[in-house]
Amino acid sequence: MCTMITHQAKIQGRGKNNGGDWVEVREANVSYDHPYDMPLEHALNIDFVDESKGPGIRVAVELSVEGARNLLKTIQAVLDEADGRGVLEDIPQAAIAGNTHAHAS
Amino acid sequence: MYQTNQYEGMIAETVGMRGHNSDMINAYYAHPIGPGPFPGMVIIHHAPGWDEWYRECARRFAHHGYACISPNLYFRDGHGTAEDVGAKVRAGGGVPDDQVLGDLAGANQFLRSQANVSNKVGVFGTCSGGRHGFLAACKLKGFDALVECWGGNVVQKPDELTPKRPVAPIDYTKDLSCPMIGLFGNDDKSPSPEQVNQHEAELKKCGKNYEFHRYDGAGHGFFYYDRPAYRQEQSVDGWKKVMAFLEKTLK
Repeated sequence: MCTMITHQAKIQGRGKNNGGDWVEVREANVSYDHPYDMPLEHALNIDFVDESKGPGIRVAVELSVEGARNLLKTIQAVLDEADGRGVLEDIPQAAIAGNTHAHAS
Repeated sequence: MYQTNQYEGMIAETVGMRGHNSDMINAYYAHPIGPGPFPGMVIIHHAPGWDEWYRECARRFAHHGYACISPNLYFRDGHGTAEDVGAKVRAGGGVPDDQVLGDLAGANQFLRSQANVSNKVGVFGTCSGGRHGFLAACKLKGFDALVECWGGNVVQKPDELTPKRPVAPIDYTKDLSCPMIGLFGNDDKSPSPEQVNQHEAELKKCGKNYEFHRYDGAGHGFFYYDRPAYRQEQSVDGWKKVMAFLEKTLK
């Protein structure tokens, strides 16, 4: 079945594309639907994309439900720990607005 | 059935065709070589994309004597690998039903304009393509047979309707204009066995010409040899039933 359950998050980041190059990604499309490679009928799929660049800019992961829940908890735990230690930083909005093809290093 | 002393050949290539709103889109066209007349088949790809399985499917039908066209329903969403384009469409919640119907009408027209295609044209679809096939056989004129393989969301609850899919296909059952065959796996979640029963009950109520085959030990997509859902025995039997149905309805 095609569930068509899909949500999008606006993000700022970089991902390693199919060709091995780092690319800017601006959206994370999260769906629970047919995966392409995971041997499941449905999976939690995350496509990190830059819609303005066309379908070829895509860094994809397909996760089991348990794996996705573990990931969710782990991301939250890491952010909480970093926040607790006062080391969280983010990209200044001005830098995002003026952005660019420069790679994070 | 093919005999070993028979000549056989086909042409399979990408072509352009007019779809919804007369847009030019691309399609895969596989047809036997010869004057025909060959019955036509429109092959509808599934939601994950216009991928290799549907090219093979088109060639399979061509091998059995059908001129087949598989339109790229995602043409307007850009180009790349079938997966990347499919992922983009998935993120957007699929393609609108009206647009798909326009493309399928165009594919039918393409076949009917070929000199070696007969006046019989069927439609085949799997998964969301099965749903689209059912919609096409209800809403469009000019299809003479429908093969619906595990069409998901033929039965939809009101809260599952969207601007792109505003009407549950089952509500069009009374307009079905050709015989249909339906193949389903009893372990499928969508369509679930209960939904298949609803689908069948509506066909029966409307006095339609149909045959349904339900397979134990199979779920969704049991023809896909490249997925864990593949079920060899059920798949072989299903293909036999599909070919027998088309032999009866289109030849």
